[in-house]
Amino acid sequence: MPAKLILSMDGAVMKEYPLNKERTTIGRKPHNDIVIDNLAVSSEHAAVVTILNDSFLEDLDSTNGLAVNGTPTKKHFLQNNDVIEIGKYKLKYLNDQPTQTSAADFEKTMVLRAPVKMSPGESTSKSPLDVTATRKTEAVITTQFNATGSGMAADTTGGAPPAALVQILNGPNAGKELELVKNLTTLGKPGVQVAVLARRPHGYFITHVEGGSFPTVNGSSIGEQPHQLRDHDLIELAGVKMEFYFKT
Amino acid sequence: MVRSHNEDSISFDPELGLVVLADGMGGYNAGEVASGIAVSVLASEVRHQLENASPEDLNESGEELGVRLLRDNVKKANLSIFHAAQSQPQYAGMGTTIVTALFYDDRVAVAHVGDSRLYRLRDEELECITRDHSLLQEQIDGGLISKADARLSKNKNLVTRAVGIDSDVEPELHMHDVQVGDVYVLCSDGLNDMVEDDDIGATLQMLKNNLPLAAVQLIELANDNGGRDNVSVILVKVKGRFAVPHGWWAKLRSWFGN
Repeated sequence: MPAKLILSMDGAVMKEYPLNKERTTIGRKPHNDIVIDNLAVSSEHAAVVTILNDSFLEDLDSTNGLAVNGTPTKKHFLQNNDVIEIGKYKLKYLNDQPTQTSAADFEKTMVLRAPVKMSPGESTSKSPLDVTATRKTEAVITTQFNATGSGMAADTTGGAPPAALVQILNGPNAGKELELVKNLTTLGKPGVQVAVLARRPHGYFITHVEGGSFPTVNGSSIGEQPHQLRDHDLIELAGVKMEFYFKT
Repeated sequence: MVRSHNEDSISFDPELGLVVLADGMGGYNAGEVASGIAVSVLASEVRHQLENASPEDLNESGEELGVRLLRDNVKKANLSIFHAAQSQPQYAGMGTTIVTALFYDDRVAVAHVGDSRLYRLRDEELECITRDHSLLQEQIDGGLISKADARLSKNKNLVTRAVGIDSDVEPELHMHDVQVGDVYVLCSDGLNDMVEDDDIGATLQMLKNNLPLAAVQLIELANDNGGRDNVSVILVKVKGRFAVPHGWWAKLRSWFGN
């Protein structure tokens, strides 16, 4: 389903416009795709350029300008539920296509046979695309799924386990605490013995990185495989003892 | 390697200095077939042609050996896939991305088509040294969309070039100098769609002394971030200078979702 703009004034919906062409113009004059007959609206006020599933709003040097979600702007990459304000009129942008980084189902890689023209200023042929190949997909959903908008930062949103720390128990840094706020934290001395602590959605794991001997957890060597840490586990590497524990 | 239900194909040959990664597209198992053809053509032909060439006569044609070898054989792979697709209805329209690198003479020749990438970690900095042949990259280049906004695009995974969908293809080719300590990452979009470049860089920086672990961590990171596409990663670390095609070391992990 194409994205659409819903025109309203004072909360009353007036009309719905599907964004099914590459360039949709908004203005006072009747030749526009979206005509708003009001003196506060310039004859050619703005345009929305749509390329496949993405739409871009552009102010065409209008006299009174426009705003998106209350912020005046000249150019804007429209996102679902954005509200464009032109004078007393509002255009709500609706696009229920999932953003692909957070699509829970599948994605397809496709080939575009002809390049799509990019400049929002110039009009281009109606259908530049000839989709010829799709990639079969398979769902590989592991553990938790980080379905937030950007979906990318595996930090504190969504998929992060409870906060945890490592406290050094001996040596010159005894007492020092290290909060595990990153996906990966390395421990040890490069060239001597290094281990990495990985924060994953289902917990914290320690893995040997380099060095002649493996780190120990509660006195036993962890070998080469990742070892999941439990509350108050005692880690020892390169002669340093540390305690892992969850922040309460 | 295990190949069931994976559309990515990979090959690496530390002795030759050749690494190849392809990410196939097409219905049923056609994507797997296309990427498989591309990788096997590259791997076997480059090996064969290097046996018949000596380093001295490599640059006689006025064109770098690596550039010529990679271009000729990407085109060869293209024709093989195209012909297979023409002759077998179930393979109609199949194609694949490819990224391939040949390390020799303290340099690396890189060829790519589509949105599979090559990154380089040098000193502390991770740089993507291929430029995707994709709609999104064209939009970024055209100034229509910022790099930051690209994450919000609903037009990902649209490649503007692919191997095997036409009778000819023009791979993009570059030569780069190689320094000792460099780490190279070849990956399919299953990685870079799910893991930010900064996180790829940080992971490599921390784990570059244990490449197999680094590869596992990158794939786990993609999966933890909700990855559902195939993720393939090849890591190459340059351990020493190589005036002749050896003396470096490759490690690799391919993953099919754990």
